[in-house]
Amino acid sequence: MLNEYLQVLKSEWLILAIIFILLFIKVGSKEWKNESLLYFINFLLLINLIAGFINNLPGSLFNGMYLSNDLIFLQKNILNLGVYLISLIAYPWLKEHKHLLEFYILMLSTLLGMFFMISSGNLLIFYLGLELSTIPLAALANFDLEKRKSSEAAMKLIISSAFSSAILLFGISLLYGVTGSLFFYEIAPAIHSNTLNTLIFILILAGFSFKISVVPFHLWTADVYEGAPVPVTAYLSVISKSAILFIFMTVLYSVFRNMETQWYFMIFLLSVFTILIGNLFAIRQNNLKRFLAFSSIAQVGFILLGLSGSSKIGMASVIYFLVIYLFSNLAAFGVVGLVSATTGKESIEDFKGFYKTNPFLSWVLAIALFSLAGVPPTAGFFGKFFLIMAGAERGNYVWIIFAALNMIISFYYYLRIVKAIFMDQNNSPIPAIKTPPLPKLAMVICLIGTISVGFLSWVYEYIFSFCNF
Amino acid sequence: MNLTLFLLFPLFTAVAILFAQNLKQIRSISLAGALLQLALALKLLMAYYQQRAEGNKSQMLFEYIQNWYAPLNLQYHIGVDGISIAMILLTTFIVVAGILVSWHMETLSKEFFFLLILLSLGAYGFFISLDIFTMFFFLEVAVIPKFLLIGIWGSGKKEYSAMKLALMLMGGSALILVGIFGIYFNSHTGTGTHTFDLLLLSKMNIPIEIQKMFFPFAFIGFGIFTAIFPFHTWVPDGHASAPTAASMFLAGISMKLGGYGCLRVATFLMPDAAHAYSWVIILVSTIAIIYGAFATMMQTDLKYINAYSSISHCGFVLLGIGMLTQTSITGAVMQMVSHGLMTALFFAAIGMIYSRTHTRMVAQLGGLLKIMPFISTVFVIAGLSSLGLPGFSGFVAEMTVFIGSWENPDKMYRLATILACASIVVTAVYILRAAGQTIMGPITNKSYDQLSDATWNEKFAAGLLITGILVVGLAPFWLINLIQPGTEFIINKLGVALIK
Repeated sequence: MLNEYLQVLKSEWLILAIIFILLFIKVGSKEWKNESLLYFINFLLLINLIAGFINNLPGSLFNGMYLSNDLIFLQKNILNLGVYLISLIAYPWLKEHKHLLEFYILMLSTLLGMFFMISSGNLLIFYLGLELSTIPLAALANFDLEKRKSSEAAMKLIISSAFSSAILLFGISLLYGVTGSLFFYEIAPAIHSNTLNTLIFILILAGFSFKISVVPFHLWTADVYEGAPVPVTAYLSVISKSAILFIFMTVLYSVFRNMETQWYFMIFLLSVFTILIGNLFAIRQNNLKRFLAFSSIAQVGFILLGLSGSSKIGMASVIYFLVIYLFSNLAAFGVVGLVSATTGKESIEDFKGFYKTNPFLSWVLAIALFSLAGVPPTAGFFGKFFLIMAGAERGNYVWIIFAALNMIISFYYYLRIVKAIFMDQNNSPIPAIKTPPLPKLAMVICLIGTISVGFLSWVYEYIFSFCNF
Repeated sequence: MNLTLFLLFPLFTAVAILFAQNLKQIRSISLAGALLQLALALKLLMAYYQQRAEGNKSQMLFEYIQNWYAPLNLQYHIGVDGISIAMILLTTFIVVAGILVSWHMETLSKEFFFLLILLSLGAYGFFISLDIFTMFFFLEVAVIPKFLLIGIWGSGKKEYSAMKLALMLMGGSALILVGIFGIYFNSHTGTGTHTFDLLLLSKMNIPIEIQKMFFPFAFIGFGIFTAIFPFHTWVPDGHASAPTAASMFLAGISMKLGGYGCLRVATFLMPDAAHAYSWVIILVSTIAIIYGAFATMMQTDLKYINAYSSISHCGFVLLGIGMLTQTSITGAVMQMVSHGLMTALFFAAIGMIYSRTHTRMVAQLGGLLKIMPFISTVFVIAGLSSLGLPGFSGFVAEMTVFIGSWENPDKMYRLATILACASIVVTAVYILRAAGQTIMGPITNKSYDQLSDATWNEKFAAGLLITGILVVGLAPFWLINLIQPGTEFIINKLGVALIK
């Protein structure tokens, strides 16, 4: 029995163990040097990542409130990988930071929350996990303690998450009122399409939309992304978005399966607006972080398109896209974070002539942007192609044409940055930056991922094999 | 014959370039890779003839299928017929010539050659693919190199041109994407799955309404790559701003991707729609031919002259495809080969002139024949081939297109043929005028006296392309024999559609 608790909850125990180790270090008397501490923590995270692949035991605990299966383990591994990479790219920023341990403790707490959220089979656990994963995030967004923008970002994040949680909670309470249960497997058959259920679904959808910044619930995104430190922005845009999308997929496909005709139409509308608004605003941005915020909004629109496929292929394509998105986005954030930490420059103007001084970083950024734009030979092409393919299965060609045309717009703004890096003249470009080994490792991993994941079809097949529909 | 080698050679070349130390190593590696590729292409040609001589009647030779994305039924399926071999040969010729022409590329040479090789990789992959997904993949692989080549090494308003080209080609890709999804989701393999496999698809009958819906997407999408009117505007800016080798690649290889795709994907897979829309294609291509020719007359920059004339010449490709007779389609493929060779030669000659005189303006040049006889001769040969002088490839190709077009008895179609024919006169005007002003007459600028003639690498590059032009022009039968079995399958498919 105890053994089962240990194994099924393995990922959570590991994270908890790391948090405790960090706490002991914090309260311990010995003073650690920041750099050695960072190496040590990254080592722990690497072990955590590797351990995620070994000896996974599917099962359910607490009477089905907590579920775990191969797909969920895979999703947790993806998040672990993302956290490891973010920790690596955070190195230049954290190396000088006074509150390094707190950063990791908070970040891992949110990760723990996400794990519980993904594994939830019950709305209570789901809500608990969700809150555990959002509240520390606000503290993280404020982690550049002396910057005003940072605290503004934190304020916006906490208010908007509280607001969205309230909406979500309202939906959940109505759902409980209608079905008399909080368990997913009991709710699903009790749901039929009627007005009240549609209202419930809209409330829950709105709650989710806030978290993954779907238009029209996206207004907090750009400000928070701009104000927060780069690694936190990366965390927000990759990890927390992926985690919410994972559980959103379960909610859509299993809990609200009976309302598919309704939600298909809603997702369609949301996706169209998300892609369009995200793209149009991204064109106008000058700050790279704001730019990445809007581009990530547009990406979510594409993910919704894949999600609407609601088939095994749709599910696999979304997860596959998220893996690619993780690699490419973190590569971009890695470069932006490094430049921001060493020179404080974040605007596109500053990146003019970047190639002359920093060829390696330029290529990393350019390849990441090409992947986000979905141009081969990068993996982003495959990711986007399969997403659109999953969506096209329904035969909604208006949506497909719309998405395809929007790829041109997105191509334009990604190329704008590539143009600034490679072609524009600049008398005072960013000076040559020495990349420390840890961020370099992260960038190389991301680069390999961005280039190879597309060709390696087994990644897709591996994900596909876990998607039970 | 393992066709995957056509991908592996450029790939290894590109990787080797990354490890090279200096310009000398980089260019020798590139040239070695390109020459190997040329040898491989010639070997492929021989192997093809041998197979046909042995009585192999299948549509595609040297096929190879490897499952790629099994859940989605995507395959790495390659194979060639005569049309693809002609295109591959063309590509290898231009790659070798392009590398030789940019022998002294000093700025960022590693990146330059790497991108050139990557661009050619995309073209090879496109021509050997028999799966629309991989085809689309390789088509788009070439977009980034084009953008960077023009934007970094170009001249004039290079950023604008690079962006325009990249976005318009991306727009073409977006349309193709819709078109191929339309084909994919209306294909029925019988086991409940869909397929992108070209040969399987060609055996299925896609309903006419579906074809009519998606044919325009696929055709216009590929058409943008080959400068279909009115989406031709990227051609002049893109070609004029690009560095010499990139112009050669763009006009010689990249525009052919579009024509090949129009033929192989749009027309071959959706023959009913091709019949239904053939009048639109012909209308549009006739406009392109005439408009392109007249627009060229107004140009003063040599590169713009060649770029606009490319619009006109690629109009013949689309005209040939739109006429839907076997001769005209064979002519269209020949026109692709011929235009590829001669436009590359033209751009190479312009590049050689520009690198010496630092101007491309016709008005500022004059009397070059006295100073650089070799380059001037090359220039004239390219021009004469472009205006379709018998003996050069242009004549054979255009003639075949016209004969094929005339086979179509419809009056309007014949009118289009006559108009297209008449445009040759205009071509002669601008070519002869440009050649006359730059080559003949007194030397306009005293400082030109010190200029040197072509170096060995330039001579070799020009010689290679001229050989190609002459071989096609003087002995066209081998090319026709090569292409014909390929077009036969397309025509059979079209014929079945017509009877229905």
